[in-house]
Amino acid sequence: MIPRNLFKRANNELEGRQVAEEFVEPTQTCPDCGVETAVTELKDNLEVCPKCGHHFRMNSRQRVELIADKDSFVEICPGMESVNLLDFPDYDEKLRSSKAKSGESEGVIVGEAAIGGHACVMFVMEPEFMIGSMGTVVGEKITRGFELALEKGLPVVGFTVSGGARMQEGILSLMQMAKTSGAVKRHSDAGLLYIVVLTDPTTGGVTASFAMEGDIILAEPGALVGFAGPRVIEQTIRKKLPKGFQTAEFLLDHGFVDAISPRSGQRDMLINLLALHSGAQAPKNEEV
Amino acid sequence: MDAYEKVLAARAKGRPTAMEYINGIFTDFQELHGDRRYGDDGAIVGGIGRLCGIPVTVIAQEKGSSTKDKIARNFGSPNPEGYRKALRLMKQAEKFHRPVICLVDTSGAYPGMGAEERGQGLAIAENLMEMMTLRTSVISVLIGEGGSGGALALAVSDEVWMMENSIYSVISPEGCASILWRDAKKVREASQCLRLTAEDLLEMGVIERIIPESDKDFGTAYMLLQTWLKKAIDDRKDVPVDELLEKRYRRFRKFGSNE
Ligand SMILES: [Zn+2]
Repeated sequence: MIPRNLFKRANNELEGRQVAEEFVEPTQTCPDCGVETAVTELKDNLEVCPKCGHHFRMNSRQRVELIADKDSFVEICPGMESVNLLDFPDYDEKLRSSKAKSGESEGVIVGEAAIGGHACVMFVMEPEFMIGSMGTVVGEKITRGFELALEKGLPVVGFTVSGGARMQEGILSLMQMAKTSGAVKRHSDAGLLYIVVLTDPTTGGVTASFAMEGDIILAEPGALVGFAGPRVIEQTIRKKLPKGFQTAEFLLDHGFVDAISPRSGQRDMLINLLALHSGAQAPKNEEV
Repeated sequence: MDAYEKVLAARAKGRPTAMEYINGIFTDFQELHGDRRYGDDGAIVGGIGRLCGIPVTVIAQEKGSSTKDKIARNFGSPNPEGYRKALRLMKQAEKFHRPVICLVDTSGAYPGMGAEERGQGLAIAENLMEMMTLRTSVISVLIGEGGSGGALALAVSDEVWMMENSIYSVISPEGCASILWRDAKKVREASQCLRLTAEDLLEMGVIERIIPESDKDFGTAYMLLQTWLKKAIDDRKDVPVDELLEKRYRRFRKFGSNE
């Protein structure tokens, strides 16, 4: 049994300090249950609502920290930046503000990493950078990730979050769907493993390319995953979509994802899947 | 014609749709229905015919001509079973060493409930992947509208051509205008920004050829298409398949590799 006063003492200390500094902790309201949670508490809880389990969006660096072995992530082409190829109105400003908001140079980070000791290539899309929309740089970095994994014979573990193709790059963003799919296919044809985790939201051109091309497709609870966005569908069919349409659970029901992967056990699930493909024996049979 | 006029021309009433191209270019065409999984999608016509005597597989998006036909074809917006039928026929073409010719004309893959329930994203993604390594030559021609991923799912090819008054875009100019300026009426401006005309796309290296539309009944256009398609297929007849696939990969790999 844990002595009660242990918690009590810690609590009192914390409360005491808060009062002294008149510190007001910023909070975030859960869209599912409406409960407010302190931002720091949310962060400690992997950006998951402690009341109902709602998975908030998580930035790419935080994900790498959660999934990859400590300090194992070595980023490739880290500073690659988009240019306004079509001279599209307001795009330069959009790129500037997205960089400032996310602290990233583009909508995905890619690198070599280890997960539970299994070497792999990881890509993680960034929700704060134009909701991970796919332009030429996102397409290029993901393609290079698969090409590197092919060259080194490594599996790929990827996390998608995307509003779709990046309109501001016109047809060149559409071409990224073909480009990335080609790279996934070559990696796959070499007998290599690709695990993808769909996170909220994954839609449009990313869903219609590498998000749906994994050997194993996992999805975070409640994530919106679809080709057409819900609003576009509602405008087309002129009625409201039923609750839960295009959620991860809906996709599971319809046979399009292998499993729902809550953040708390996600790293372990990935390690198990990587181990099952590594040719190594399960730990209990291993001679130490 | 400015970009917006091209958009209007590509969608114009009375513009020939895929079936007319098929009748104008190929002989002995036999339509083959169904995806062997769920159903038969009227928005995509597939079959085998002859191009100057050579058997080829033809896959085309058909918008329909009469009102009744348009409804039966869902105005050329495919559902997943349409893309799966296309893939089935491409695999069949690969087995029998037939070249594949795709005619693209869609405002986009259908954004409906059933489409989502049956995996629209997956269906398109599988086509992109499989077309990239399909072991036979593939040529795609945009004949009207090339709407986003729904068009690309028939255009991962050795060469992509466009009719003079066709368009190819990641988003409709209306959609772009409403996102960008919250004003769907600014279609003309959006059409220009998107660089969706055949001339623009040729300049950007996204397509290899523009087919002139010199006459109203398209007779000359069909003749030109027939000649060029035949030549494109002949040119690839003796190319080793691995070389063909490497070139196809590079064709798409080059977009946006600028650093
Ligand atoms: Zn909650």
